[in-house]
Amino acid sequence: MGFEVLLKGSNLIRLLEGLAVALKISLISVAISIVLGTILGVIMSMDNKVIKGITRVYLEIVRIMPQLVLLFIVYFGATKVMGINISAEASSVIVFSFWGIAEMSDLVRGALKGIPAIQYESGIALGLSPVQTNIYVIIPQVIRRLIPLSINLITRMIKTTSLIMMIGIVEVLKVGQQIIEANRNSSPNAAFGVFLTIFVLYFIACWPISRFSKYLERKWET
Amino acid sequence: MDTEVLSSYLPLYVEAFFLTLKIGWLGIFLSFVLGVASAFIIHFKIPVLSAVFGAYVEIFRNTPLLIQLFFIYFGLPKAGISLSAELCGIIGLGLLGGSYMSEAIRSGLDAVSSAQTESALALGMKKTEVFTLVVFPEALTLSVPAIVANVIFLLKETSVFSAISLMDLMFTAKDLIGLYYDTTEALVLLVMFYMVMLLPVSFVGSVVEKKAGAGMFGE
Repeated sequence: MGFEVLLKGSNLIRLLEGLAVALKISLISVAISIVLGTILGVIMSMDNKVIKGITRVYLEIVRIMPQLVLLFIVYFGATKVMGINISAEASSVIVFSFWGIAEMSDLVRGALKGIPAIQYESGIALGLSPVQTNIYVIIPQVIRRLIPLSINLITRMIKTTSLIMMIGIVEVLKVGQQIIEANRNSSPNAAFGVFLTIFVLYFIACWPISRFSKYLERKWET
Repeated sequence: MDTEVLSSYLPLYVEAFFLTLKIGWLGIFLSFVLGVASAFIIHFKIPVLSAVFGAYVEIFRNTPLLIQLFFIYFGLPKAGISLSAELCGIIGLGLLGGSYMSEAIRSGLDAVSSAQTESALALGMKKTEVFTLVVFPEALTLSVPAIVANVIFLLKETSVFSAISLMDLMFTAKDLIGLYYDTTEALVLLVMFYMVMLLPVSFVGSVVEKKAGAGMFGE
């Protein structure tokens, strides 16, 4: 069924290295998204009309534009329009962070809004200062709500980064194609084994993370 | 930007647009059917089947559509199952979407309070009536925001169809950039057509969400 090509030479290791390329880009993007997304989310939860207007447009763009379209715009468009040459890797990090920041900020805003006003009021009534109320009462609760959701963002990011092969980055799918091509004569059925293996690899990368996120969500449910 | 180039590209995009729409909505239809079926099976814990559908949901929620399509389009023919690119697109999107819809509807079913079931039973309704007239409509109402989000997500996911050489919007844009290097025009049209495809859905979605919210019971 074409699994034998994986055992030839260093093929399996090459596939794993390909996966590592995609994972690296997703982890960098997730890190950027979580930091900047949290800041933006806090800014968004302030009631300022101008900020609200701008962020709404931003969120709507992210909501309706496929990530692949954004990837094309940055990778092909920026070079053409602005004359700057952005590497495929940098384009991916820019696009996935652009997307991830929007997602994260929306989660943060939702978590902040979800804290009932009585929590603030009780904190103040107990004699805590507004800063203390935030540090000891609000932020711990917000973090509890956010952690499962941000972990979930990691799996979504990993799934989305599979798109980078479409702008020519040599990652796991591309390596898979190369292996299939190279062994065309000796194993004509390699496509089945190789693509099934990649399928399983992605599942192994994402499933434990999404289980963990679900576990935390249930455990901390209030 | 060259308007002449834009107008010469336009027919190609219109054609690709309708192909994307066709595959997208057929896939979404399939995903809804699959999602409802799988949500029922998992919710009612039907033996064997619920384990099978549970595994299906986990597998397809945790892998990217691009990888699923590669396996269906390039891998399966080697095992004797050959499908046209269009059919692969519909099936791939349907399978992916089915797993997301299943989760959306199932969490709706779980969220219907047991007081609803108990009250309906106390009113003398039969068990099947309780489900079809009370629980399911409420669950669907509760699932609306998640379903709308899924529909938008799935329409966006259609952009990866170009990888299995379906002549969709992405494919057209990539092809034209490669052929003529009129990158700006090709990208502007690409963005425009995706906006035409998704803005109305996004708008209608938020209206439906509001209506569904207004129809909540027991609040």
